[in-house]
Amino acid sequence: MSKPVLNQYDVVKYSRIYAIGAARGDLTVTNDDIAGPIDSSDEWIRQRTGIVTRRRASKNLSLMDMAVAASNEAIAKAGIDPKDIGAVIFSTITHPFQTPSAAALLADKVGANPAPAYDVSAACAGYCYGIAQADALVRSGMAKYVLVVGGEKLSDFIDPTDRSISFLLGDGAGAAIVGPSDEPGISPTVWGSDGSHWDAVSMTSSLLDFRDGDASWPTLRQEGQTVFRWAVWEMAKTARKALEVAGIQPEDLSALVTHQANIRIIDELAKQLKLPESVVVARDIVYTGNTSAASIPLAMHALLESGEVRSGGYALEIGFGAGLAFGAQVVVLP
Amino acid sequence: MAFSQSDVLAGLAEIVNEETGIATESVQLEKSFTDDLDIDSISMMTIVVNAEDKFGVKIPDEEVKNLITVGDAVNFIVSAQG
Repeated sequence: MSKPVLNQYDVVKYSRIYAIGAARGDLTVTNDDIAGPIDSSDEWIRQRTGIVTRRRASKNLSLMDMAVAASNEAIAKAGIDPKDIGAVIFSTITHPFQTPSAAALLADKVGANPAPAYDVSAACAGYCYGIAQADALVRSGMAKYVLVVGGEKLSDFIDPTDRSISFLLGDGAGAAIVGPSDEPGISPTVWGSDGSHWDAVSMTSSLLDFRDGDASWPTLRQEGQTVFRWAVWEMAKTARKALEVAGIQPEDLSALVTHQANIRIIDELAKQLKLPESVVVARDIVYTGNTSAASIPLAMHALLESGEVRSGGYALEIGFGAGLAFGAQVVVLP
Repeated sequence: MAFSQSDVLAGLAEIVNEETGIATESVQLEKSFTDDLDIDSISMMTIVVNAEDKFGVKIPDEEVKNLITVGDAVNFIVSAQG
């Protein structure tokens, strides 16, 4: 009797992003609202960060609420049945439970139950990590459609007196549906990590220290200069590599959508890449703030909604942050 | 080729001018980057990276906080040329 041959997945050649959804915090927080505890001013904050307002969620608006809203928009715009979603990836660092995952609950709430669902902890690179995995899952044949969400309620993990990062941060969620395509829609991803700078963006303490009464509630901190140098000059190398592996030139781009960390990082990174003026640089940070894993899909959604970029153009998206973790890919705008 | 102290000061003044618009003649050895020239931490890091490129030296992150005056930076760069 001959040995039976195993079935394997039928591969799909190409993938693309079908649609993007977005949800922002329900509160508009001005610089004047937060300047007092950091002994600062509207002018100082604008000059150093570019932020005019940041969107934060009120106590009654949860991370899950924003993720569901963003996901439902993406699903509706993609025109797919949520039952056809073959995986749900939720990139977040602010889901307030060690377990179970935020993704499993999200999958159920959007009608994708029993899709496999898991969270990704890659901070501000999380959305690009999610797109990389969704691309692989779709093209490998493991999933027809993948829901990728980058979502954060960072305001639960800030210290109003912190001058390093807290005043930058906002809340929101962005969602993308990735599925099969007749033409290339997502380039190879350039991604990685550098744990030698593990504490360059981190928490003030562990949950164990907090439990034992040795520390106050853990909040985010960063070493600003170290992060700035890495985010601009190292990420410029990553961005150039992403263009190279995508097989395109800077002038072929419609948009640069970086993690919305700080306007100074965005502008300097764009300068290092020597982008022509035709390339739209996303600056959603000005009115949304830095929303970590949510910032790239929120910024891309804003560009599409405003008509600044059109469907079908190329966008270089690059996420970078705590880990240090980074990921970049070129995508066709949905 | 090693840069002299006056070469480094002149080159650094050009870098500071390009980043901040401060006149090159205002960039003098005794001037403090923050207190006298009003250069913030992000601009300082841009100046540091551009100085690394121009003079072929490495200025580690942990060293940047010790560069209080223009003279501190010039001396560091001159001695780091190996």
